[in-house]
Amino acid sequence: MTLALSTARQKARRRAMLLVAPLFLFIVVTFVVPIGQVLFLSVNNDGFSQTAPKLGAWFLANTDGTVPDEAAYAALAADLDQMRREKTAGAAGTRINDVVPGSRSLFTSSARASRDFKPPYKEALIAKDARWADPRVWHAMRAAANPNSLDYYIIAADRQRAEDGSIQQVPPERRLYIGLFASTFAQSALITFLCLMLAFPIAHLIAHVRQSTANLLLILVLLPFWTSLLVRTSSWIVLLQRQGVVNNVLVALGLVDTDRRLELIYNNVGTIIVMTHVLLPFMILPIYSVMRMINPAYVRAARSLGATSWTAFRRIYVPLTLPGVAAGSLLVFILAVGYYITPALVGGADGQLISNMIQYHLSASNWSLAAALAFILLVGVLVLYWIYDRLVGVENLKLG
Amino acid sequence: MKLPAHADLTERTWRWIYLALCVGIFAFLVAPVLIVIPLSFNAEPYFSFTEKMLTLDPDGFSWRWYELLAKFGMQQPEAAFGMGWLADLWNNSTWFNAAKNSMWVGIWSTVLATVLGTLAALGLTRPEMPFKRTITAILLAPMIVPIVIIATGLFFFYSNPCGIIGLDCGRLTSTFTGLVLAHTALGVPFVVITVKATLTGFDQSLARAAASLGASPTQTFVRVVMPLILPGIVSGALFAFATSFDEVVTVLFVGGPQQVTVPRQMWGGLREQVSPAILAAATILTLVSAGLLATVELLRRRSERLRGIRA
Repeated sequence: MTLALSTARQKARRRAMLLVAPLFLFIVVTFVVPIGQVLFLSVNNDGFSQTAPKLGAWFLANTDGTVPDEAAYAALAADLDQMRREKTAGAAGTRINDVVPGSRSLFTSSARASRDFKPPYKEALIAKDARWADPRVWHAMRAAANPNSLDYYIIAADRQRAEDGSIQQVPPERRLYIGLFASTFAQSALITFLCLMLAFPIAHLIAHVRQSTANLLLILVLLPFWTSLLVRTSSWIVLLQRQGVVNNVLVALGLVDTDRRLELIYNNVGTIIVMTHVLLPFMILPIYSVMRMINPAYVRAARSLGATSWTAFRRIYVPLTLPGVAAGSLLVFILAVGYYITPALVGGADGQLISNMIQYHLSASNWSLAAALAFILLVGVLVLYWIYDRLVGVENLKLG
Repeated sequence: MKLPAHADLTERTWRWIYLALCVGIFAFLVAPVLIVIPLSFNAEPYFSFTEKMLTLDPDGFSWRWYELLAKFGMQQPEAAFGMGWLADLWNNSTWFNAAKNSMWVGIWSTVLATVLGTLAALGLTRPEMPFKRTITAILLAPMIVPIVIIATGLFFFYSNPCGIIGLDCGRLTSTFTGLVLAHTALGVPFVVITVKATLTGFDQSLARAAASLGASPTQTFVRVVMPLILPGIVSGALFAFATSFDEVVTVLFVGGPQQVTVPRQMWGGLREQVSPAILAAATILTLVSAGLLATVELLRRRSERLRGIRA
């Protein structure tokens, strides 16, 4: 009997898994594997190791810290000559350029001249370009001789290898990424806060009017939610332009002088306004669904015990809405951190987020750095997603 | 939401402030979506209301941006109207082609996402399913992970999809298939969520009753379960379609010149010189999404009604 029962259970379990299997495999192939490849590329770049085999052999034979001798320069000259024939100096130079900015030309010009190099190679190469004596270039080449390295994470952390091979911060004027991550998080936090401030009264209103009115108001919330993101972005461009509706109204009301119209778009003000609008429904819906379930007797009880309406609201009502507030805030924050389209279209120079930087490096064929930045962002988002799942449960995610 | 009769003056004042605030927030939500509609009929190439428009003078309005939109990319937009002109419009108009591409990519990815997502939702709502929570989190991840990361991954993966297993089977970048697969992955979480939500309220004893009366599992599904969860499936499909129809980043990263979709076309227009023709396109898209929203709302209400009967 128990055996039959457990066989039946086994069968039911298998059947459930078989139903999920097709989608699971699909997601693994079209989603998990590509993202795994991003991780792989962020630590693997064979642009140099592939094209400089002789130098790679010298690095293997000599430990880190060995001053490059004539043999090393001979290997370098031979590799440069091979790069000239195979036209790979650009790829090799790019890999080193990522670590020591400005050194791409060192490779391309030296490879072009590689036919003229004669022993002693050390003098010949340094005479061609003094940068061949720079220990930082040699450190970079040693690191790049191994296709797997954490170089790109070092760059993404605004650090570099010093002449003695130690890792130090880059000079302040070249610090890019930590600041961009920080400003992405700060802007997302601000957008989340604005969404919360706007969503709370709206959700409260919808949760406490007659059902028929609530349905109507919900449609007003869902309409922008359903409208194409590009449509909403183009509307905002139209509204916020210097000659746009908002500025025209302000001028007509006499609030703004006509030749001092506000710059509301193509800067981070634009990014914040448009993203708040885009993400607001994601805040309203979870808060509303929690508010709808709050028993009005609690607030009435507080009032009957002598609380003012403000005290009852603050001490009784608001704490009861916290699950919805947490759900909405986390969701909006997660979505905001990874936003791309809106900042790219309305952000101008200072409204860009980390996603735009990833795209920039990708289009500049700086793939490993793009991958490293993407992976750092991914880890941040996955941690938040995990928290969201613990606190709210992704199961409870509702749409409309 | 009435105030009690004993509410004092401060309470009444606060209530008015609160209502005014809500009106303002609703205006912030809805106005940007609606404002493009009148502006798309502007007779002048401006992005603001002209005097004539404000006084409702018919001269202030025109269909010119819609005309421009339709004819854009045609080889002979000024030719005499006829079969040749229509064929030119159908085959060469840039926006028509973008709309056709969007439709096909949307339809195929919706079909795939709906089938895969519905099956998975059925499995995930079974009590015997192991690792439910983790698997749900993985299946819904495409909705949460920033689109740029997904597109970056696809950009590398599609350049040699079989490289992982050491084969070479061509590339998926700049292909229709590649775009459909990407959009399916992005749309599938919506199907899983909506179908799961309808299944949570589903009375399993109905399926057991069908089985005890001799129906096979397939028969039970087709004749009993499916009709009841159909509203959920259809709204999931509409969500998936809307996602695909609005998706621009994957098209930018892995699509080729043959895969220009409507959002891709709009993206180009917004990045270069914003023309009022964009507003005409935006108006059409707004009407399409309003239609989708209305359908989903009706389906949701229907399924709530059906559930109400049983409750």
